[in-house]
Amino acid sequence: MSVLDAGKYAAFIWPAYGVTALGFAWMIIDSVARGRRWRREAERLDKARAP
Amino acid sequence: MIAALANPHRFMAFSRWAAPALGALAAALILAGLAMGFAAPPDYQQGQTVRIMFIHVPAAWTAMMAYGALGAASFFHLVFRHSLADAAAKAAAPLGAAFTFMALVTGSLWGRPMWGTWWVWDARLTSVLVLFLLFLGYMALRASIDDEAKAARAAAILALVGLINLPIIKYSVDWWNTLHQGESIFRAGGPTLAAVYLIPLALAGAGYSAAFGALWLARTRAEVWRRRAASLALQAALA
Repeated sequence: MSVLDAGKYAAFIWPAYGVTALGFAWMIIDSVARGRRWRREAERLDKARAP
Repeated sequence: MIAALANPHRFMAFSRWAAPALGALAAALILAGLAMGFAAPPDYQQGQTVRIMFIHVPAAWTAMMAYGALGAASFFHLVFRHSLADAAAKAAAPLGAAFTFMALVTGSLWGRPMWGTWWVWDARLTSVLVLFLLFLGYMALRASIDDEAKAARAAAILALVGLINLPIIKYSVDWWNTLHQGESIFRAGGPTLAAVYLIPLALAGAGYSAAFGALWLARTRAEVWRRRAASLALQAALA
C-alpha cells in the first residue's frame, strides 16, 4: 500500500492538503509580488527625482 | 536584536538574506515533517485522518504566533511610535488571517469524519473563529481610515485588546467542555502523543513558524518600500 493511499478518508485528507497548498501559494505569491511592485515604484520615483 | 533591527536600513539589509534563508529552512522542515507524517502508521482510532494533524495543528499554532507578533509590533508602535513596528504589524495581519483560515478549514475537514460534524460552537472552535475575525477586523479598520497615522493607532489598540483571546484559545479546552480534544502537546507531564506522530508534527510546526518568519519579513520589506514610494511621490508632488 502506498504511503499516499488515504483510503476511505481521501475525500477529507486531500482537500485539507489542497487548501493548505493554496494558502501557502497565495501568501508566497502575494508577498513576493508586493515587494517587487513597491520596490520598483520606489526606485522609479527615486530615479525621476534625481537631477 | 530588536533594537538593532529597529533601524530601517539595518532591517532591510538583514531581511534581504534572512527572508529567503528562513523560507528555504521552512520548506525543508515542512517537507521532512510531512514525509515522516505520511510514513507513520495510521492511528488506531482515527485511521488515515491523522495525516490532517500535520497541517492543522501547525496552522493553528502559527495563527496564534502571528497574532502574538501582531500584538507585540502594535505595542512597540504605540509605545515608541516606531513606523517599522507599525509596518511589521500591518504585514502580520493577512498572514495570520491565512493561517487561521487554514486551521479552521483543515479542522473542519478533520472533524467531519471524526466527530460527524463540520462545525460545532464549542469554546475552542469559536475562539479560533474570533481570532480570524480579529485579523479581518484589524485589516478592515486600517483600510477604513484615510489618515495612515490614525489608522495605525486605532488598529494597534484593537490588536492589543484582541490579545486577550490568545489565552482563551489555549485554555478553552480546560475551562469548558469541548468537542475538540484536550491539550496533548504543551501540557504538564509532557506530550501524550506517540513519538511516531510527535516528531513529524514538531518538524512541521517548526517549518510553519519559519515560513511565517520568512513571509513576515518579506511583507514588512514590501511595506517599507511602499512607504518609501509614497514619501517620494509626495516630495515630487510638492516640488
